[in-house]
Amino acid sequence: MNELNSEQANDTQSPTRTVDVSSVLGEKNKDRGALASCIDIEHLNLYYAKDKQALIDINLTIPKQRVTAFIGPSGCGKSSLLRCFNRMNDLVDDCIIEGLVALDGNDIYQKSVDVADLRRRVGMVFQKPNPFPKSIYENVAYGLRIQGINSKRILDEAVEKSLKAAALWDEVKDRLNDSALGMSGGQQQRLVIARTIAVEPEVLLLDEPASALDPISTLKIEELINELKSDYTIVIVTHNMQQAARVSDYTAFMYMGNMVEFDATDTIFTIPREKQTEDYITGRYG
Amino acid sequence: MKTQMSTWMRIGTPWVWLNAGAVAISILMVVGLLALLTVRGMSHFWPRDVMQANYAPPTSSGALLSTQVIGEFVESEMVISAQIASSGIPVNEAQGFYERQLLKLGNRDLTGADFTWVLSDYVHDVEYPQNVIALERREWGNFYGHLSGIKENSELISFSGDALAIEAARWNDFNERLERALDIRDDIYVIENQEIGQINYAMERLRLRERRLELDQELTPEALAEIDSDRAELDEEYDLLQVQLIALYEAVNRDSTIFVAANNEETEVSFADVVRAYKPNQLSLIGKIGTYFLKLGEFLTAEPREANTEGGIFPAIFGTVMMVMLMSVFVTPFGVVAAVYLREYARQGFITRAIRIAVNNLAGVPSIVYGVFGLGFFIYILGAEVDQAFYPEALPAPTFGTPGLLWASLTLALLTVPVVIVATEEGLARIPRSVREGSLALGATKFETLWRVVLPMASPAMMTGLILAVARAAGEVAPLMLVGVVKLAPSLPLDGNYPYLHLEQKFMHLGFHIYDVGFQSPNIEAARPLVFATALLLVIVIAGLNLTAVALRNHLREKYKALDV
Repeated sequence: MNELNSEQANDTQSPTRTVDVSSVLGEKNKDRGALASCIDIEHLNLYYAKDKQALIDINLTIPKQRVTAFIGPSGCGKSSLLRCFNRMNDLVDDCIIEGLVALDGNDIYQKSVDVADLRRRVGMVFQKPNPFPKSIYENVAYGLRIQGINSKRILDEAVEKSLKAAALWDEVKDRLNDSALGMSGGQQQRLVIARTIAVEPEVLLLDEPASALDPISTLKIEELINELKSDYTIVIVTHNMQQAARVSDYTAFMYMGNMVEFDATDTIFTIPREKQTEDYITGRYG
Repeated sequence: MKTQMSTWMRIGTPWVWLNAGAVAISILMVVGLLALLTVRGMSHFWPRDVMQANYAPPTSSGALLSTQVIGEFVESEMVISAQIASSGIPVNEAQGFYERQLLKLGNRDLTGADFTWVLSDYVHDVEYPQNVIALERREWGNFYGHLSGIKENSELISFSGDALAIEAARWNDFNERLERALDIRDDIYVIENQEIGQINYAMERLRLRERRLELDQELTPEALAEIDSDRAELDEEYDLLQVQLIALYEAVNRDSTIFVAANNEETEVSFADVVRAYKPNQLSLIGKIGTYFLKLGEFLTAEPREANTEGGIFPAIFGTVMMVMLMSVFVTPFGVVAAVYLREYARQGFITRAIRIAVNNLAGVPSIVYGVFGLGFFIYILGAEVDQAFYPEALPAPTFGTPGLLWASLTLALLTVPVVIVATEEGLARIPRSVREGSLALGATKFETLWRVVLPMASPAMMTGLILAVARAAGEVAPLMLVGVVKLAPSLPLDGNYPYLHLEQKFMHLGFHIYDVGFQSPNIEAARPLVFATALLLVIVIAGLNLTAVALRNHLREKYKALDV
């Protein structure tokens, strides 16, 4: 009862429940100075059908060049929220989105936005590795070829750089022309990450990138995330709370379409403000 | 016992037997079909021994009527005596059945019919003389008889020595002269069919150019002079060839032979008319095999003779393959594009569902209906328009306003497009969503995703559609009779005359050839083995086309094998 009261009180005080990122996390990032925001979400509602609301009034600011993790039970809307950031939800018929999603201060749902360009800037890696049935080289070069880059020199360079960044170069440098489908699941997932960073996005969206992989591959992916975070803003959806604790700087807990709590990962996992968060983290439900 | 029975039923043993039985029967039927076609079709080319015998059937008047028969034994069968009696031959009523034999006597020019049935009981003195000659001729079918003399410029050539030596020398001389005649024949063929054909074609084009200029009112005296000079040049060439041709004909008709057929009937045969000659009763097994393959080779590569009952069927093979290939060229892009719209772009709903049902039903429309549509729309409307617009100089003779290769291919493409659409749609539906999203997430547009990822991955399904389309189209005959197939096409639709591929020409087709040879032929007995041989060839051609497509599909499958979903 107490909990409920406090929450209601909270609501009345700040109906938007926006977390003031810079104040909460300022002290944690002294090395980089003031924390810039990358994606701002305000009053976001998402409906898959008239009476099927998947996201309810989400307010959130995703910090630049940090790893932000979304956790929560299945069906809570983590992936739906993630897919708002590169407008993947546009592919779903009858999906209605209200509110503001801004990348670097620009509303990405404006009519004038070029969706293909947006998706180039906001790369996405999916739950299951989805390499194209092409060679390893062509998989990585795909995004660049789409942009009309066909110069062999540039492509060679980009492929090598991306594969190195994805910690895959040493494993595949001698078989770049082999089919990507012959690789192991973990390699495929790293290839997909290499493919995504080849187009030099600003944001990397990772939708449960390790859920289909074995522990060793998972570890490699996590190491990779750690290395990539100095260059990219990373948003990761995960079912695995240990993973969220290991890789992320900030964590958002979602439940039934609501953003329950967003804070520095250390705070969330040690002294969560909300009872729901604590229950979930301690494994009482979800 | 009862429990045993019920266990037996529960395990499903009868069901398994039923399944296996159905498969076994299917295999038996296919094997049986192929075996029948092979045996009846391929045995036709075997050089059979020629028998010589006396045939003296009883007559109602009681007079003895004995005739000599020389010919190949074809088959024998038992018939009831009543049937024999009804044909006017007195029979022994006590004997229920008579055996009769079908003999191929050839010599149609002498006897009027080259096949005859004889009653085995009245065939006497059967022998297989060593020196009997089988002659394949350009006209009047085969000839069987003995060589009795060779003439050069109507002068009989004499050979010296005893009877055996004369026979051998004569046969040698005959073969030398035949070889010479065949060489000259080849030259004549080249001049008549290729060189004169080219000139005629060029002349026709000149005529059309003149007419075209006239229609455009641009026929200036200069242009006319140019055309006339071209024409004069062609005329000159033609005259030259004509002179050559006359000389060749004289040369080829220089020699002739005298043959003695059955019943001592003498007949003169010009070497110009002989295609092949051999002594079947003297041939060793190897010799027979050699002759067999020569005949088979002729069947596959030569043009038909004598109302399609002799010679080869190359134009029909060529026409079939050509038509199927053109159809594939039309149907694949069309079907694929339509399927992509239906599956990828069209909003899924009532209308797309209705269209899909309609497309599926189109596949069930009887093919002759497509033939009627092709005739009514493609030829009479579209073809007539094309003629008006592009070939006004040839009118009133139609160019595209008449059945032809293009319209036949288009009609069959229309017939098979539902198959391609359905197969492609299924292929597109099977491409995992994750791969599409992967491409979109890299900044590709929907079009780029389709073009670079989805369509290549769906290409094996498109090939499956094409395979089904080819299988259906290659065997179609009914619609083709309305839109372009003919009994005998004067030339192949692909030749050395510009523009090389003649889409407006009529063509021959194996399926129609079977119908024509089997049911429209003046010489049923001679044509029957060809029906089987042609049917076997049609099966082989279709299987070949299909296997090519299957090989292509498997290659694509390997290349774009889908993710292990």
